[in-house]
Amino acid sequence: MAPEQIRQVVLDILARIAPDEDLSDLDDAVAFRDQMELDSMDFLDIVMELRKAYRVQIPEEDYENLVTMDSTVTYLTPLLKDVDA
Amino acid sequence: MTNAEMYNSRIVITGVGLTSPIGDSLPDLRANLLAGKSGVTEFETRYMPPVLAGVCNFDALRHQKRKEVRRGTRAGSIAVYCANEAVNDAGFDWENVAKDRVGVYLGITEHGNVETENEIYEISQFGHDTSVWSHHHNPRTVANNPAGEVTLSLGVTGPHLTVGAACAAGNAGFIQGLQMLRLGEVDMAIAGGVSESIHTFGIFASFKSQNALASHDAPAKACRPFDTDRTGIVVAEGGAICTLERLPDALARGAKIYGEIVGHAMNSDATDFVLPNRNRQAQCIDLALKRAGMTPQDIDIVSSHATATEQGDIEESSALAKIFKDHPNVAINNTKSFIGHAMGAAGAIELLGNIPAFDDGIAHATINLDQLDPNVPLTQIVANEPRQLDSVDCILNNSFGMLGINSVLIVKKYQD
Repeated sequence: MAPEQIRQVVLDILARIAPDEDLSDLDDAVAFRDQMELDSMDFLDIVMELRKAYRVQIPEEDYENLVTMDSTVTYLTPLLKDVDA
Repeated sequence: MTNAEMYNSRIVITGVGLTSPIGDSLPDLRANLLAGKSGVTEFETRYMPPVLAGVCNFDALRHQKRKEVRRGTRAGSIAVYCANEAVNDAGFDWENVAKDRVGVYLGITEHGNVETENEIYEISQFGHDTSVWSHHHNPRTVANNPAGEVTLSLGVTGPHLTVGAACAAGNAGFIQGLQMLRLGEVDMAIAGGVSESIHTFGIFASFKSQNALASHDAPAKACRPFDTDRTGIVVAEGGAICTLERLPDALARGAKIYGEIVGHAMNSDATDFVLPNRNRQAQCIDLALKRAGMTPQDIDIVSSHATATEQGDIEESSALAKIFKDHPNVAINNTKSFIGHAMGAAGAIELLGNIPAFDDGIAHATINLDQLDPNVPLTQIVANEPRQLDSVDCILNNSFGMLGINSVLIVKKYQD
């Protein structure tokens, strides 16, 4: 899966867990929590959705990589490189 | 008790919010009860052929964001809807209400089965890998969930409780609110009952295994309390919540008063897990009448609990026959015949659907009563068509549940 496809996957997850948010102007360089209502339970939803969809296990010590869209895509790219879009 | 204390102990209903299979407001519920409209439909559940159920269609997004609906439970959504409707109906200046003096007391038959079944189904899609078990499971299944979601929605910082009382729970929620007001623990109670039970296959499967689940080619004819051709219980979802206040507080703010709770009682059969007990039910009714300082002749309408199971109908009707044997004009009706059994919400919906009788003097009917079971020793049932009474000043509401839990509430038309 290419980085742009991974970005869309994450965007789709965000749309499901935060259905009241307008994500059309999401800034990929800014922390999710600074531009949308996202608490710790929502954050765990992101981890859970990735686990269910792609069997990606993200250890707690790696959560700091999921702060922005840019950092999330960077972190996920090697993990999902062999996954078909 | 001094006169002032007695005056302060008078508890009144000042706001109503509800959702039911035949209406999401009291006027709509009442209109459909008087029109004889059933809310029972075919309903899909897991693992079983379609069942019959009473299904609500309220607009959850009226009082919740989509994210809140997703995160919470169906019982929570029902509770949030009903509580907000009740608070709005009561006319509070909510911004300036002391939220730490508000309590939330909601009766439930059960809670957590829906969410647990959902998660077990979900992990079954992943080879029962428990690492995909949701982190939302615990906050969704804690027993206080529906009441807790109300506090989050309304910013209530006083106490909140769910009252687990099987199918006696609707009355039990009101009774808990009344008692907390009388103890001075709170100044306003958001009280009633809720149920999401139709979203668990287990309740249908269990009633089916007990040979107590209703079936009928025509869903509207399926729930038949007191009728010879009854086939069992129709499970429903729903909620009904009131704002309760001490009378002086309600009068001071010029509140509309729906009625005054003048009698209540709860007791236990201590005889069987599922089979009801006519003697304990009669004792519960008698205790509520005594506490109200009333005789059976003071009651105009009895809202029966009858679920359309043979033993349940016969036991309750025997209890009612014992209490009301010298009162041939009391009107005995039944709401489950319209909507099915709304479990934790049943008693609350059934009481509130009768409250407008204080104004219109009409006892709504028990529908689907084509042939009275000869083992039901009652002559006072309002069969199939509403009955116009001379006046309605007092309503007695029965709610009984498994493990032998009984609750009775008596509500009187407000008079100075």
